[in-house]
Amino acid sequence: MRVGVITFPGTLDDVDAQRAVRYADGEAVPLWHGDHDLKGVDAVIVPGGFSYGDYLRCGAIARFAPVMQEVIEAANKGMPVLGICNGFQILAEAHLLPGALVRNHKLHFVCRDQWLKVENNSTAWTTRYDQGAEILVPLKSGEGGYQANEDTLKELEDENRIVFRYVGENPNGSRNNIAGITNARGNVVGLMPHPEHAIDALTGPTDDGLGMFLSLLDTVVKA
Amino acid sequence: MARVVVDVMPKPEILDPQGQAVANALPRLGFDGITAVRQGKHFELEVADDVDDATLAKIAETFLANPVIEDWTVRRVEA
Repeated sequence: MRVGVITFPGTLDDVDAQRAVRYADGEAVPLWHGDHDLKGVDAVIVPGGFSYGDYLRCGAIARFAPVMQEVIEAANKGMPVLGICNGFQILAEAHLLPGALVRNHKLHFVCRDQWLKVENNSTAWTTRYDQGAEILVPLKSGEGGYQANEDTLKELEDENRIVFRYVGENPNGSRNNIAGITNARGNVVGLMPHPEHAIDALTGPTDDGLGMFLSLLDTVVKA
Repeated sequence: MARVVVDVMPKPEILDPQGQAVANALPRLGFDGITAVRQGKHFELEVADDVDDATLAKIAETFLANPVIEDWTVRRVEA
């Protein structure tokens, strides 16, 4: 399994995402924002950070990077794509996922270990989890409030496209406690919390996040 | 050359915590009577004469604003 991990100017979590891929017995392939080249990978991770300094809007400039044009095309053909934190914002700006992420409702940057409930274990990235399982992974974002219009929220709820929901107090004002969503096909997933930081109890709160990368392994092997 | 102003505002139904924070600070600073504040973005573009309105609208809609959460207006002003 070869998994591309994109680095933009200002990306922070590409190294941890690459490490998570290796923990799942995959080969991590660094992808550069300026290249029109996915290097033949089986899947792509758009990692967290502050691409282009979050200028204009989070993800608004990264969405037009050359490598993203290849990601958009591949995602629309069914390639598994995961956006984490800033990566989720970039996928939303790229219209691969509906809605948008806005400033946290209490304006504070939130950095804490966060319980999530797995609402959909049939996406390319979540098959290793039990439906309804609760996992603990870090959340660290200032603009993680998920917003969408009522029609979009209803569509996400009705089509079971909410993948993760926050458990307990809503950390950022996200509508319907949404922490992560998927596209209609289930190959593209975006979430604000950081599964790649929770793959080993030595370096994270749990290893609960590793399931996402092992799920991808199953998806790629089956394909 | 012409100057073009693009104003981008959060849609009315989208929570604007920054505007609310400004609104909440005003009474503390002794300014009464301000009932609500919305915070947006103001862009000033120096534009060549052959750039048409459709192009400006496309710039606003696809890049300067995110229509999922924001409304935008474009107007040409005296430089």
